[in-house]
Amino acid sequence: MSTDDARTAVLGRVRAALGVASLDRARKAAVARRLERHPRGTLPARAKQGRAECIALLSEMLTAQGADVRRVLTRKDAVAAIASYLGTCNLPPRIRLGKDGQLAALPWRDAWDIERSIGPARPDDQAAVSRAVVAAAETGTLFLVSGADNPTTLNFLPEAHAILIETADIVGSYEEAWDRLRGMYGAGRLPRTVNLISGPSRTADIEQTIVRGAHGPRRLLVLMLG
Amino acid sequence: MSGGMANAKHDFRSAAAEALADRSLQKALHNVKRGFVSKREAAKAKLPEFDTLREEARAIKDHTLSHLDLYLEAYERKVTECGGQVHYAPGAADARAVVLRLCEEVNAKLVTKGKSMVSEEIGLNEHLKAAKIEVVETDLGEYIVQLRGERPSHIIAPVIHLNRESIELEFRRKHERLKRDRRLDQAQYLVAEARALLREKFLAADVGITGANLLIAETGSSVIVTNEGNGDLTETLPRMHIVIASIEKIVPTLEDASTILRLLARSATGQEITTYTTFATGPRRDTDPDGPTQYHVVLLDNGRSEMLSNEFADMLRCIRCGACLNHCPVYGAIGGHAYGSIYPGPMGAVLTPQLAGIDRARDLPLASSLCGRCEEVCPMDIPLPDMMRAWRERDFARGNPPRAERRLLKLWAYAAKRPRLYHALAGLFARYLVRRAGARGRLSRLPLMQAWMSLRDLPAPEGKTFHQLHSRMKAKDRP
Repeated sequence: MSTDDARTAVLGRVRAALGVASLDRARKAAVARRLERHPRGTLPARAKQGRAECIALLSEMLTAQGADVRRVLTRKDAVAAIASYLGTCNLPPRIRLGKDGQLAALPWRDAWDIERSIGPARPDDQAAVSRAVVAAAETGTLFLVSGADNPTTLNFLPEAHAILIETADIVGSYEEAWDRLRGMYGAGRLPRTVNLISGPSRTADIEQTIVRGAHGPRRLLVLMLG
Repeated sequence: MSGGMANAKHDFRSAAAEALADRSLQKALHNVKRGFVSKREAAKAKLPEFDTLREEARAIKDHTLSHLDLYLEAYERKVTECGGQVHYAPGAADARAVVLRLCEEVNAKLVTKGKSMVSEEIGLNEHLKAAKIEVVETDLGEYIVQLRGERPSHIIAPVIHLNRESIELEFRRKHERLKRDRRLDQAQYLVAEARALLREKFLAADVGITGANLLIAETGSSVIVTNEGNGDLTETLPRMHIVIASIEKIVPTLEDASTILRLLARSATGQEITTYTTFATGPRRDTDPDGPTQYHVVLLDNGRSEMLSNEFADMLRCIRCGACLNHCPVYGAIGGHAYGSIYPGPMGAVLTPQLAGIDRARDLPLASSLCGRCEEVCPMDIPLPDMMRAWRERDFARGNPPRAERRLLKLWAYAAKRPRLYHALAGLFARYLVRRAGARGRLSRLPLMQAWMSLRDLPAPEGKTFHQLHSRMKAKDRP
């Protein structure tokens, strides 16, 4: 069956089953309106708290899901936290990161022994650092977007992953996070990949025993800056 | 019908009997109750808005399904705008052909796969293998069933039927080049071994195939939820990403997706959210340093459009969380394989007859006591017992049940429509049972009920029917 025939067949069957014509204006208007206005459903009460509560909730949820969370007040502290985390994980002082401006602005010279490489992950990379553009406190969820600033492979290939989130970028709900992304990319547009990350990789496939580090990072450090 | 759907030879009744007698399966099934049920309960309790979200999610799906043609077109426009390609597949064979053609276009030798029930439904792996393409399942559970040459026994926990010991045995048998004396006596060692072996596959793969939990019309995105990160390595590393999803996976907007995501993980594993929820939109952009250069979506109909207008339309709201399996006493007793379909439990009992035909799957809607737990825990409020009943009616109308069964049912219907006759017969039967039970007050054998009675005794009735007792009580209450 040719591509066009298949398309006509499926859409035709759907319209026949629904008993509608393709030119029904009212239906088209209803769909266009919903896509344009993207109305919100009910937001959980826990997602509608003040900033301080959201920061606390994000930390609490991430910790419960197996991440290591540190609140760092200065950029200097962020670098120190990354350096000590590598030590705790018994990893060599080598990290890979993208071209993110905020990450580049960290005072890396304080941790002079950390070797930094820029670019997407390579198979033998053991640690990576990324920045989340926004985080939703309701379930401890960090939003990472693909691109040269924060290549997607950094989120999954290395053993250990550190994610920086500025406290100003912590919101309550997924919906607020989507609005942030609409602000960055335009309505109806997303970058190639948006990764919602809520903890280190895990599996419970064997007898429902939770094991960390199934295919992605075994360890996740979240730095809340500011 | 090929692939994972019920095949003509499958005999549910004997498979169920075997499952009940299988000790290691029974031990493994215990984990369902221990884990999923209590975890879901706890997660639901922590979200007071759960029931409100359930109503809203239902409304989202109902709206989308009644405008499905338009949302499909809107979704397709968005995918194309982002540089991806949408391929419609009316049936399973069409979908298999499209995927194979795409793989051949890039001369694929190795394909990695994220977990996808739709690919199981259409028997995709066998089709690609027949064309000399190596297909590797990367979800740990799916990887294990693939090693064993089995099918998943649960839609979100493929190896729930296995104990750790059987998995260790399988790894030792199949991973021949590894040291014999290595430790595999804990889940973590098994996971580490699979991780190391699958890493090589992820890095070498030419094409990555994933399913989709949701497709978003507003942005043209496909969404996958995983805990392992295998789906992400599958869709990020190879040069081509193929998404295969059925048409009812569409939702209008990111907000709609958010509402459904709040229900999905909580209902499935009892997590607040899965570790990874990934929104993929088109191929690698100009400035992207990683990601696939080609992005394709295969939209499968395979019977869904027909369901839009029949009595099983509500089933199209299903988000494949598995809660109905986890709470089903029948699934809990026999596991997934006995159903002979990759969609087991209550959702499978409704879906399989639609996909494979009621003649091939008539036992599945019968394999339920209609206790209603599945409907109660369904996050999309799907009336599963009603639909199983609807299949029974269709089956009866087609003349499928054996003649004895039909006669009995007709006889019962005749009596049930005549209250006086019914009461008289019930009274007679009650007295017969009392007399037969004698002084023991218990019955251990009854004509026509040998199989049922072989496992249990029936306490003798009180001697009066409910109606007789009821009218007597009413008479007493009267002043």
